[in-house]
Amino acid sequence: MDFRLTEEQRALRTTLRELLARHYPPHRLREAAAAARTPDANGAAGGEAGEPPTAPTSPATPGALSPATPGTPATPGTPATPGTPVTSVAPATLGAPVSLGTSVPLGASVAPGAPGAEVVDAECWRALGRAGFFAVLLPEASGGLGLGLPEAVLLFEEAGRALLPGPLVGTALAAGLVPGAAEGEAMVGALDARHPLLEYPGVCRAALVLDGATTRLLDTGELARCATPLDSLDPLTPLASLPGPLPARHPPGRPPGASRLRQEATLLTAALQLGSAARSVETAVAHARGRTQFGRPIGAFQAVQHLCAGMLERLEPARCAVYAAAVTGTAEESAAAKLLADEAAIHNARDCLQVHGGTGFTWESEVHLHLKRAWVRAAQWTTAQEAEELLAAELLTPETDWPRNS
Amino acid sequence: MDLAYSAEEEEFRARLRGWLRTALPGLPAPPDPHDWPARRAYDCGWQRMLYEAGYAGLHWPAEAGGQGATPTQHLIFLEETERAGAPYVGAGFVGLLHAGPTIAAEGTPEQRARWLPPILRGEQVWCQGFSEPDAGSDLAALRTRAVRDGEDYLVTGSKIWTSHAQIADWCELLVRTGTGHETPGGPDTSRHRGLSWLALPMDAPGVTVRPLRTLAGTTEFAEVFLDGVRIPASQRIGAENDGWRVTLVTLSFERGTAFAGEVVACRRVLREVARAARDNGRWDDPVLRRRLGRLAADLGALWRLIQWNVSEAQHTGGLPGTGGSVFKLCYSRARQELFEAAAEALGLAALDRNHRWTADRLSSLAYTIAAGTSQIQRNIVAERILGLPRGR
Ligand SMILES: Cc1cc2nc3c(=O)[nH]c(=O)nc-3n(C[C@H](O)[C@H](O)[C@H](O)COP(=O)(O)OP(=O)(O)OC[C@H]3O[C@@H](n4cnc5c(N)ncnc54)[C@H](O)[C@@H]3O)c2cc1C
Repeated sequence: MDFRLTEEQRALRTTLRELLARHYPPHRLREAAAAARTPDANGAAGGEAGEPPTAPTSPATPGALSPATPGTPATPGTPATPGTPVTSVAPATLGAPVSLGTSVPLGASVAPGAPGAEVVDAECWRALGRAGFFAVLLPEASGGLGLGLPEAVLLFEEAGRALLPGPLVGTALAAGLVPGAAEGEAMVGALDARHPLLEYPGVCRAALVLDGATTRLLDTGELARCATPLDSLDPLTPLASLPGPLPARHPPGRPPGASRLRQEATLLTAALQLGSAARSVETAVAHARGRTQFGRPIGAFQAVQHLCAGMLERLEPARCAVYAAAVTGTAEESAAAKLLADEAAIHNARDCLQVHGGTGFTWESEVHLHLKRAWVRAAQWTTAQEAEELLAAELLTPETDWPRNS
Repeated sequence: MDLAYSAEEEEFRARLRGWLRTALPGLPAPPDPHDWPARRAYDCGWQRMLYEAGYAGLHWPAEAGGQGATPTQHLIFLEETERAGAPYVGAGFVGLLHAGPTIAAEGTPEQRARWLPPILRGEQVWCQGFSEPDAGSDLAALRTRAVRDGEDYLVTGSKIWTSHAQIADWCELLVRTGTGHETPGGPDTSRHRGLSWLALPMDAPGVTVRPLRTLAGTTEFAEVFLDGVRIPASQRIGAENDGWRVTLVTLSFERGTAFAGEVVACRRVLREVARAARDNGRWDDPVLRRRLGRLAADLGALWRLIQWNVSEAQHTGGLPGTGGSVFKLCYSRARQELFEAAAEALGLAALDRNHRWTADRLSSLAYTIAAGTSQIQRNIVAERILGLPRGR
C-alpha cells in the first residue's frame, strides 16, 4: 500500500496547474464575475455591478453601468442574442477575450436567454481540450488519455481550485459520446433527472440526462425546448431547470450505464469541491498572514488560527475520501466523498469569508464565488441527503470486510 | 494512490490472522474494569502471548528487540487484531508506545538492555508522569524538582492524571533539573532547556500514589506525590536538561497509528447502533438515519486518512508527523459523536449505567483532552502546518 501520489500523478497535477495559471489566472475569475450578470444588471440600483473589470481590486463605483450589461440579458426571460459580442467585457490586455462570438460555435448556444457564454472562457476550454482534460477517462484507442479515476480527480481538483467556469463534469462524461466533447470543441451538460438542474445551459451543445438506469442525450433543439433559465445565485454558474418530462432520446451506440456515469459525476464534482475547499484554506491563510490589526497579523490571534485549523480538519479527511473513492470506485465511497467535499467546500468558504472580514463580503473578492459555486455543486448529483441515506442503508446490509482492502 | 497491499504485506496479514485464530480462544475472560491487579495480569498476559508469537514491539527497531515492521505492517496488525476481537495494548500503552520507543531512541545500550526486554515480554508496566497540577497543556511549566546529590537525584513534587500509576512498575518522569540558563537560548526556550527525563521505580521510598476516579467511574489515573525520592542519575535518559527534546520524541508516537484499531471498532459499533435503531423503531427517524450515515462517511474518511499518514510515515522513516494532529482532532470528535448518536438511537436505555455503550460514551469525553487538547492541536495545526504566526 502506498496512498501517496505517484510521480506521474504529481506531474499531471503540476501540468494542469500551470496550464490553468496561464490560461485562467486568478484575476480572470474576478473579471468574469464582475462582467457576469449581477442582481442589478438591468441598471437599477448600481452597486458592485458597476465594477469596471479592469480594476478588480478597487472599490465599486455606485451607479456606474457595467460594461457587461449591454450584451447581457436583463432578466432571465429575455433572450440573449447569440453572437452579440461582449468582447468589451474583457480588458484588451488579457488576450483571448471572452465573447459570445467565440463560444457560440463551440457550444452552439441553443437555449435562447439561457446565459453562460459570458463567463466561460472559450480559449481556456480549448486549451484544456487539447491537453486531454475532458478525455482523461476515455480509452487511448478512442483518442483519450486512458487514465483512471485517480488521475481524473486530481485534474478536477485543480479545476476546482481555480474555480474554472463551464460544464466540466458534463463534458468529461460526454467524451466519446458527443462529438467534440473530448477535444474541448463542444460543451456538454449533464444532470441527474432527480435534480433537473443544468449548468451553463447557454453554451451546451447537448446534455446527458441520467434518468434511473437510462442515459439520454438531449440535443440542441430539445435543450432549447426543455430548459427554463433560472436566475442563478452564482454569477459564474448560469443555471436552467428542466422541469417537464424529457424527450427519450438515447445517445448513439451503446450508452454507458447511467449508474456508472452518475457515480463518476458524483466523484468528479466532489473533486471540484475539494479543490475549492483547498483554495479557501490557502486564501484564508494568506490573508491571515498579511492583514494586520491591533499591531499584529490577524493570523496570530488564536480565534483566527482555529478557524483556519478547522478548515484543514474538513479538508484533509475529504481529500482522503475523494482519492480513496477514486481508487476503490465504490458507490458508497463516492457518495461519502461528495458528502464530505461538499461540506468542506461550503464551510471552508464560509470561514474564509469570516477571516476576510468586510473584504470577504464584497463582489470583487473571490470568496463568495467559491461559496456560491459550492452551493450549486452541493445540489448536483448525489446530495447530502442522498449520500447520508445511502450510507445509512448500507449499515444494515451484511458486511464482509471493513475497511475494504483493495 | 495505491490502496492495495503488497504480496509481503498480505502474507504478513495472513500469518497474523492464522495466529489470531489459534491464539485468541486461549485468552482468559476479560477482567472486571474495577479489578486493577486482574487488568494488569490480563494485559501483560496478552503481551506475553504476542512476545512468544514474535509480534512484540512490532514497530520497534530490531536493535531494540522489536520486529522492525513497517508502518504499514503495524497498521495491518492493529486492523487485524481489532477485527479478530483481540485485546488492546491496555496497561502496556506507555511502555510500548512512549517510554520504550524513547529509551530505544535515546538510551544507552545498558539502559536499553535493562528496560526494553521486560516491556516486550509483558513483565513490566510503565506510566507517564508528565502532567502536573499547574502544568498541563503548558507542560514546560512543570515544577517537580530533581536536585543532584552525588550519583543520585532527589526528586520532590507531584504529578497528576498519571494513567495506570497504581499498577505501574516504572514511570517516565519529566522533572526540572536546571533553571534553563545553563544553556544558551532565548527567553522562550529557557523553560524547555532545564528539564530532564528520568526512569522512576514506582516502589521507591517517598512515592505515594493516590488514585483518582474519572467521570466514567473507574480509577484510570492517579496523583503521584514525590517526597525526596532518590533516583540514580544512571536512570536518566538523554543528557541533563535535555529532557524536553527527549520527550518530544515520545509524544510524536502518540498521535500516529495508535487509534487505527479503534476506528475499525467504531465502524463495528456504528453498525450495531444502526441495528439497535432498526429494532427499536428509531430507524424511521430520518434525522437519526442521516446522522448515522454521516458518521459512516466520517469513519471511512478517517481510515483513509490513517492510510495516508501511514504512507507518508513509510517514507519519512516511520516517525508520524504533524499530520497526526489533524487526525487526532477529527477522530476524537467522531468518536464522541458516535457515542452521542448511539445514545440518541437507544433512547432511555442510554441512561442505564450498565448499558454496554455507556462506559464508551463517558470515556470518549477524554479524547479531546488527553494527549494534547483539541485547542492545543489546533494551535499546532495553525502554526506548524499552516504556517500562521505564533499566537499568544
Ligand atoms: C484520561 C486522561 C488520561 C491522562 N493520562 C495522562 C498520563 O498518563 N500522563 C500524563 O502526564 N498526563 C495525562 N493526562 C493529562 C493530559 O495530558 C492533560 O489533561 C492535558 O494535557 C491538558 O492539561 P490540563 O488538564 O492541565 O488542562 P489545561 O492545560 O489547564 O487546559 C484547560 C483548558 O484550557 C485550554 N488551553 C490551555 N492552554 C491553551 C492554549 N495555549 N490555547 C488554547 N487553549 C488552551 C485547554 O484546551 C483546555 O480546554 C491525561 C488526561 C486524561 C483526561
